[in-house]
Order: sequence, then C-alpha cells, then structure tokens
Amino acid sequence: MYHAIVFFPLIGALVAGLFGRQLGARACEYLTTSCLAFSALLSWGLFLDGGDHAIRVQVATWFTAGDLTVDWAFRIDTLTRVMLVVVTTVSTLVHLYSIGYMEEDPHRPRFFAYLSLFTFAMLMLVTADNLVQMFFGWEGVGLASYLLIGFWYEKPSANAAAMKAFIVNRVGDFGFSLGIFLVFVLFGSVAFDGIFPRANELKDAHFHFLGHDWHALTLACLLLFMGAMGKSAQFLLHTWLPDAMEGPTPVSALIHAATMVTAGVFMVARLSPLFELAPDALVVVTVIGGITAFFAATVGLVQNDIKRVIAYSTCSQLGYMFVALGVGAYSAGIFHLFTHAFFKALLFLGAGSVIHAMHHEQDMRNMGDLRRYIPFTTAMMAIGTLALIGFPFTAGYYSKDAIIEAAYASTRPGHTLAFLATVIAAFFTSFYSWRLFFMTFEGPARWADHGAHGHDDHAHAAPALAHAGDHGATVQGATVHGGTVHASTAHEADGLPGHHEGVAHDDKGHDVEPASHSDLEHHDEHVHKPHESPLVMTIPLAVLAFGALFAGLIFKDRFIGEGMEAFWGHALAHGPDNHIMHDMHHVPGWVVASPFIMLVLGFLLAFWMYIRRPELPGQLAGQQPVLYRFLLNKWYFDEIYDRIFVRPAKDFGKFLWKEGDGRVIDGLGPDGIAARVVDVTRGVVRLQTGYVYHYAFVMLVGVAGLISWYLMTGLPKGGH
Amino acid sequence: MFGLGILSGLLLVPLAGAAFILTLNGDEESVRRNARWAALATTIVTFLLSLVAWGRYDATSSSFQLVESHAWLTDTIRFKLGVDGFSMPLILLTTFLMPFCIGASWHAIETRVKEYFVAFLVLETTMIGVFQALDLVLFYLFFEAGLIPMFLIIGIWGGKRRIYASFKFFLYTLLGSVLMLLAIMAMYWHAGTTDIPTLLQTRFPAQMQTWLWLAFFASFAVKMPMWPVHTWLPDAHVEAPTAGSVILAGILLKMGGYGFIRVSLPMFPDASHLFAPLVFALSVIAIIFTSLIAMMQTDIKKLIAYSSVAHMGFVTLGLFTLNEQGIQGALFLMISHGIVSGALFLCVGVVYDRMHTREIAAYGGLVKRMPLYAVAMMVFTMANVGLPGTSGFVGEFLAMTGAFRANPTVAFFSVFGIILSAAYALWLYARVIYGKLEKPSLQGILDLDNREKLIIAPLVALTIYYGVHPAPILDTFAPSTEALMTSIRAALSNTQTAAAALPLAR
Repeated sequence: MYHAIVFFPLIGALVAGLFGRQLGARACEYLTTSCLAFSALLSWGLFLDGGDHAIRVQVATWFTAGDLTVDWAFRIDTLTRVMLVVVTTVSTLVHLYSIGYMEEDPHRPRFFAYLSLFTFAMLMLVTADNLVQMFFGWEGVGLASYLLIGFWYEKPSANAAAMKAFIVNRVGDFGFSLGIFLVFVLFGSVAFDGIFPRANELKDAHFHFLGHDWHALTLACLLLFMGAMGKSAQFLLHTWLPDAMEGPTPVSALIHAATMVTAGVFMVARLSPLFELAPDALVVVTVIGGITAFFAATVGLVQNDIKRVIAYSTCSQLGYMFVALGVGAYSAGIFHLFTHAFFKALLFLGAGSVIHAMHHEQDMRNMGDLRRYIPFTTAMMAIGTLALIGFPFTAGYYSKDAIIEAAYASTRPGHTLAFLATVIAAFFTSFYSWRLFFMTFEGPARWADHGAHGHDDHAHAAPALAHAGDHGATVQGATVHGGTVHASTAHEADGLPGHHEGVAHDDKGHDVEPASHSDLEHHDEHVHKPHESPLVMTIPLAVLAFGALFAGLIFKDRFIGEGMEAFWGHALAHGPDNHIMHDMHHVPGWVVASPFIMLVLGFLLAFWMYIRRPELPGQLAGQQPVLYRFLLNKWYFDEIYDRIFVRPAKDFGKFLWKEGDGRVIDGLGPDGIAARVVDVTRGVVRLQTGYVYHYAFVMLVGVAGLISWYLMTGLPKGGH
Repeated sequence: MFGLGILSGLLLVPLAGAAFILTLNGDEESVRRNARWAALATTIVTFLLSLVAWGRYDATSSSFQLVESHAWLTDTIRFKLGVDGFSMPLILLTTFLMPFCIGASWHAIETRVKEYFVAFLVLETTMIGVFQALDLVLFYLFFEAGLIPMFLIIGIWGGKRRIYASFKFFLYTLLGSVLMLLAIMAMYWHAGTTDIPTLLQTRFPAQMQTWLWLAFFASFAVKMPMWPVHTWLPDAHVEAPTAGSVILAGILLKMGGYGFIRVSLPMFPDASHLFAPLVFALSVIAIIFTSLIAMMQTDIKKLIAYSSVAHMGFVTLGLFTLNEQGIQGALFLMISHGIVSGALFLCVGVVYDRMHTREIAAYGGLVKRMPLYAVAMMVFTMANVGLPGTSGFVGEFLAMTGAFRANPTVAFFSVFGIILSAAYALWLYARVIYGKLEKPSLQGILDLDNREKLIIAPLVALTIYYGVHPAPILDTFAPSTEALMTSIRAALSNTQTAAAALPLAR
C-alpha cells in the first residue's frame, strides 16, 4: 500500500511524459489525475485509521560505501501520514483543476507529467527514512518546480524565475548537504533510526569547523535549517518565491503554497529529536520565522499582482510555522501547515479562476466588481480570506492563534520578537487579504475601459490584444515563422502556449509576444466579459473551501488538543523542559484576543481605504514615496543580491578566465614556451606532423633509455 | 588461442579491426561505408568481449584476475595484463563508449575516413591497455602511446585552431611523461622489477616516496587535468571532433585518476598522506575557479570542458581523502562523468552537425523544434549538476562526504561547487534550449534522427539507472577499495609509530 501511494504518481508521470503524444492530452489528464486520486484515497485511509505507530518499509538499498549505507525506504508515522494527506489531496485537486485551467495549452501532457513527477518527489521527501532520500525528494521537487516555473519556456521572465528558484534553493542545499555530512560524521549513519536514538549521547559533543569549536548538534541543525530556509523561502533566501509566480497558477497552488514550500517545516519537525537538543538553533529558527512573517507581510501590503500578494502571504505564513517550531510547538507548526494547505491552495486556485475569468489579467488595478460576474469564485475567495486571516472557527483561526499563543507562552530567547512579529503580521495579513478581496471583487469595474488607458500604464499582454494596433505589433513577432500575417495560421505554426501570466512585472518587450494569438481567438468567443470557470475548476475550489472552513474544527483536538499524545505518538520529540503545548493554553486573555483585534483592525483599514476612500492609497503612496518604493521593491533584496553576489561572481569568473587562465597560466606556461619553440622550429618541419613525430620520438627515446640502462647495469640489486 | 587470454583479445580486436580497415580499397564511397561499418562492428565486438570478461570477473575479490603474462622486453619487464575492481569498470566504460563515438562520427567525418577510424581503433587499444597493464613499463607505454592517435584526431580532423591545441597538449604532457619515466626507472632501480603486483607489496622509503609521488603527480595532474595545468583541456575539447571530445572527456581524463589509484595511493601512501593538503587545495580551487570560469563561457564545448575540470576536482578531492566514501565516490564519479560528459559532448555534436557553430549565442529556443533533444539535454544537465536520482549525484555526494570526514573545511569549500554547477549548467540550458526560437537559421532545425536516438537513448537510461541503482559499479569498486584502505592504514600507522618512536630513541 505504501508503495502504491508513492509510486502511482510516478507511473502517471512516466506514462504521460513518455507517451503523451501517442495517448493524447485528454488521456494523460485522466490518467495522472486518477493515479493521484487513488493515491489520495489510500493516504486518507492511512490517516484516519493509522493509529500512532511508526513503521519502516524497506524498498531497496540505494548505495553503500564503507560504513555508509543509504536505503530507499519509507518511514511512516503520524507526521508522514499528515503530509501524505496534504500532498495527495491538494495534488489531486490541482490536477483536476488544471484540466480546466490548462484547457488551451498545447503542452498539456508535459504539464501533467511534471505535476505528477513533482508529487512523486514530494512523497519521497515526506516518506524518507533517511536524510539522503529526503535530499533526493528535496532536489526532485526542486527540479519539478524548476520545470513548472519555466513551463512557458518562451517567456524570458519565466526562464529567469525558474533558474533563480533552482539556484537559490541550491544555496540552501549547500547547508543541507553539509548538515548531512556532519550528521554522518557524528552518528555514523544517515538513517533516522540510526540518528534519533543516539541523539542524547551526543548532546554535549563539540565539533571543530571553520576555525570555531561548535556545539555539534547546534551546528548540524543550523546547517540543515539552511536547507529549510531555501525550500521554505525564509528571510534572506526568500527571493525566488515571488518570482516563481511566473509558473501556471495551479503550480503556484500546489508547489508554491501547499506542499513544496512547507518541506522546510516538515524537515525541522521530522528532525525535532535533534533540534530539541540544540536550543540555540531553535532560537535562530524562531527569529528567522518571526522576521519572515513580518517582512513578507509588509511587502504583501503594496503588491498589485494578485498572485504576488498571495505569494508573499505564503512566505509570511511559513514564517508563522517556523515560529511555532522554534518555540518547540512542533504540532502547532504542522497543524498550521495542514490548515494552510487548504486555504492557501484555495486562494491560489481562486485567483486562478479570477485570472481565467479575466483572460489572463493579473493586475488587481484592472479588476474590480467581479463578484457580480463570478459569484462562486467570489464566495470561495471570501472563505479562503476568512481562513487566512483567522476568522473565528475557520481553519486558520485554530492553527494561527495557537502559534501566536505559543510564541507568547514560550520562555526561549527570541520569543518576544516572534510574538510581536506574528501579531503585527496578523494585522497586515488581514489588511492585504481584504485589500486583495476589495480590489478584485468590489468597487467599480476597472476592466471595462481597460483598453483605453490600462494598456499604457503597464505592460499587458493578453486582454489589450483586442486593439487593432496591438494586433499588428503581435503579428510582427510571428511573421518570421511562416511568413504569414494571418493570426490563426501563425498560431498554429508556432504552437505556442495559450496562457500568459505575470504580465505586470515583465520587461517591455513582453507585449509583442506572438503567444497571445490564442488569447485573441479566446477573446472572440467570450467578448471580454469575465466568466465563471467550468465545473472541473469549481469543484476543487468547493472541496478546498470545505477544508478551509472545517479542517481546524475537526482536527484541532488531534493535532494540538486533548488527543494530541495519542495522535502523534513518537513522531515529534519534546525535550524534558518543553512544556509549551501545555503552557500555550494558559496565556492572558488579551493575548488570546489579540489576533482577533488585529483581524478587525486590518479589515476596517482595508475597508476604509479601498471601499470608502479609494483615492486614499494613491495619496498615501505619494506622501511616503520612499517607504512605498521600499516595500514595492521588496526591500530591494534582488538588487542587493545582484550587486553583492551575482555580478561579482560573473566578474570574478571573467577575471579568472581572461587573466588567470589566459594571461598567467597560459602566458607563462605553454604559450610562453610555445612561442620560443615556434621560433626554433619555424620553417623546419611541417607543424602538424612534426609534433607527433617529436612526441613519438621522445617516448621511444624514453623506452630505449630504460632498456639500455637496464642492459648496462645488468641484473638490478634485489632482483630475483 | 595462441596462448592469449581474453585481456589480450581486448587489445587485439581493435588492432585487427584497424588493420582490416587499412586494407580496404575501391571507390571512395564504398571505402568510407565499409570503414564505418567495420569500425562499428569492431567496437561492438570489443564491447561484447569486455562483457564476457566481466562475466568471468569475480567482483567480490580484490585480487588481480584474468592475469596473463607474456615474455616481453626482459625477464623482469613483462607483458603482463590483469584486472581488478579499479580497472574493470573503466575498461567497460571504454569499450562501451567506443561504439557511440563511431556512431557520432558517421556523417561528421568526411575526409580521410579510413585513417580516422584506424586512429580511433588504435586509441581504443591503448586506452584498454592502460587499464589492463600490470607492468609499469607497459603502463607507461600505453599511457603515452594513446596520445598519438588523439593528437592526430585533433590535429587532422579538428577545428580551426587545432594546431595550437595539439601543440599545447604536447607541451603539457611532455613534461609530465618525462618525469614519470624517470620515476619508473628509479622504482626499477630500487625494487628490481616493474611488475605492479610486486611493487604494490614493496615499501619505498618515505623520502623516496616523496620524489616518486611528485614525479607521477606531474604526469597524472596534467592528464586529470588539475588546476593550474588544465588549460590545455578547453582548447583540445573545442578543437577536437565530437567523438574526440567524447573520448577525451570520457576516458582520457580518467587515466590520471586511474594512475592515482593504481600507483600513487597504494605505492606511496606516506607521500599521499603528506601531499593530501596540496591536492585538496588544488581540487577546491579547481572546483570553485573553473566553475566560475565555466559560467562565463560563450562556447558550449568550452563550458562543458571547464565543467569537466571542476568535476575532476571532486575526483582528486575524493581520492585523497583516504577513506572509503571519498575513494569510492571519486571512482564512481569517474564512471558517471565518463557517461555524462561523453553524452553532453555528443549532444553538442548533434547541434554542431546541424549548425556548424558552438557559440551559445547562435542558439536559443531549440525545445520548440527539438523536444526530444531538449529532454536528453535536461537529463544530462541535471546529472552534471549532481541531481539525486542521476548518476552524477552518487559520486559527488560520496566524494564530499569523504572530504568532510577528512577535512571539513575543504568539504565546506567544495560544496560551493553544487551552487556554481547549477548556475552555469542551467544558464547554458536556458540560453540554448529555452527561450523563443527567433534566429532565422534555426527555423528549419530537425530533432534527433534515428541514428542519434540510438546513440543518446542508452546514455539517458544509464544516467538514470546508475543514479537510482549504482550498486553494480559501486560494489565492484568496494573490495579493491577496502584492500587499498587496509594497506594504506597499515602503512600510515607504521609510519606514525616510527615517527612517535623517533623522539624517544633520541
């Protein structure tokens, strides 16, 4: 059964990937989706009557070298069961949703193969029984994420975003790898069964690394946490996540909201037996989590791209989870992971539905009043928003408030900062969520007169195409292909992807993409009016909305309440001094009330600024240009990194190549000598064959010398 | 048959094929065709024969097997062949890659076709000879002789700057080989034999080990190539025809590593221990510097060549960790890199045959017209990056694990390689494969034809197979590695006791 859960998605991926062309897109969609659905059913079965016991399932041996053995094996305990449910459920729904969303894309088999491949890698990650297999899944989801972000490979921005995601994650993996090496050196094993029981023996061990004597487990945990920071887009390594929104929206929902980005949270929870013995590392986790929760929320306040707002929100919510882990409330962190998967996937898929309705417009400044056209999506987004801000009795209410209370109740260093950061972030969350909701669904419709001025303000692609002028510009891009200016033939000729997203932040050249032809046809059918999405897209929304509303209520007792011990078993470790899960229920009333107060304040402010006084945001941005630009440009992280890492690396590489290899090594070595030799031999022999003869000659002289020397000295001493 | 064993057979079959091709005559077209088919048949027979050898090989033993010894120069310098866990996989890699090289040269070589294939088959014999030789003089002979056909391949069928490239190649290897020859003479003088199994049992004095180690190092480091004697490689790669690059990257670069494991580590353990920090430093510099250089390249082949230097940095790093993970990782990486870099050069050859340029800027958006090609490139790119699940990961991971054991600081710096390799490899992929197919010259480019599919598909399969199940290779290395480690540990502990005893004696 465990094999089936993990390998069914792989089978789907392989069949769709290898035989997609023969089977046709529809068959691939059904096949991958049903494989996933099967996997999800089994996972739920496992989750609901799995008990608290842990099992190990050996699949095969991966590799052995000396005393290092790495297996392919599953470790199934409650933590894994929770993750299995989250991953397979969201993945199934996203597969289903994509059948509708990707309808017009010519590369659907490839898309579904990637989605299933991703799911397989993610399942390998969460079932891993050792660090190396976890790393396999870790990098596997990274690969799938890379492929899916760059799915529309003709967009330069998508390619850049895909590369950035992979490379920034590799920076995290730098730490992860070193962490694995250190764990192996300390424990002589990379398997969890070989590490956890022995963790206590090593709690006072020290390790000398980079000229400093470290507490060994703290160092190991910090290195491993670096990997988690990359994958979960935590402060300093977060820069790839907003750019990842270049990928198709279902991808954002699955990978960049519900599953992959939570891998870091999962990892810390999985390694809780180690982290519990490394309190200093946990302080770092808390602080980084708190900073991320706050930082990402501030950036989310001013973004105009609907997906980017949700992306920053994801970043911020991941910060909450790390705060929970950092203060030792592992179950609260995982609980938030669990509920967040539902409502954040809902928000992303809802946003996808909006984008679908708006013919691939993502800029909220060109939306408004959509609730009258897409009421169902509006309702679903409202549910998602309520759950995200933690409205009482929705899923987010239980998990997020638990984290804030735990942050307050903790006695570990850094908890005050984390508490303040999460409470303030709760206010921001409420504000940007409602801002998104109001800008999109309420107020005047700003899309009707879209063609008139919207086009000049931003670099739009798709909707503006109704313009005759644009049409000409668009065809320019396609003429090289077939020499025809007929739009539909040009489209057939290049078979381009039908969807274009992420337009608001792209380069100038973006609005002359030939790709928009398919949208052109699309427009003719729908004549511009936003339309509700088909059933295949709305059903997943409804299922997720159910989860967003009730997942907290149903599961809170098991995850963080009375039934906790029975539910978790030994999946999460708690040190002898860790009473956080008890203490968090005994915090002052104002702490319990604070998230709700923040929620109300955020709502009121958003309501005032975007419904009552819609001119206010613009004025405010005008009054505070520095702060506004600072936030709009995401605290200038991309610019700073470019300046201190990317450009110096390129310059240094160039220097090493031209000066180091070219001038110094070659100049002093072969070229210098060669120049002399050429002087001598010029005109004497034909170069080409000459060298070969030289060479053969030297070698023969060598052998001849050896033999003659042997013959002259007779039997060597010690000969036999 | 004639008292010759299967290993002699592996040497003779390619030579026989070469001799047969030389006798071909008739009209030019039929000679070409026959030469191609004869070369292909020869390499396939050689490969099958090597599989037979593998079948007879006992992978659980660390001793030399299939040994044959024939009278040669003198009583003590014999024509002795044999294989062990270190050489068997490398022989298989050699015989396996050869048919691909012939296939890749099918249409790419139009001038002096007969001579070309003769050169390749002679090259195959010498390469197999290096891995089979159980006599240092024989080893030296094969080691150096292999360069002559390679010279010819670059110098005659190479690109525009082939003269410069082969010149550079010549100068570098000349220095190394002269020193190695002197070292072999010194060893003979000391031990009275050049028989490798005997020399493996011989303990050279520590002082002498130092000099011998340095002399061999000069040769192996150039062949590897290690920083800073690597600059011949990018030039040689760029100028060589596709199949030449495949062999260069796939096999010739492995000879340096094989030399270290066959001669330097087991015969000079004290010196290896002494010089390990030097090797570490050069390896780390190679990994970081050449990765950065690779990032800035504008020529696809040069980029891959520099990435090879970086990967060879992991190999030397792993070898000198003097622990099982490091050594087995390095050896596995040699095999994996042989497959992956060979495949990458074949892939470059595919587009070079179509467009006759290796400039990255001349490409872009190939995935649109060449989806299969894009998939193959993706697999090899990911293997080059060391993604788990590809063969590239296992070797790198083990080498770095070993390095961390031996010296955490060195491992720390080497891990930068995994970030940088992602940067240059993905950037290359993005520039060549992704993007819009805008260049007019690329509009008509065709995807892989059947011949190319046949060449690339097995390499894709192996790259993934050995990534998921590396045991067949890794376990072949294991007994020999264990035996090597036992002998090194014994040697080092002897030395340490001696060193510890010394002050007391005074």
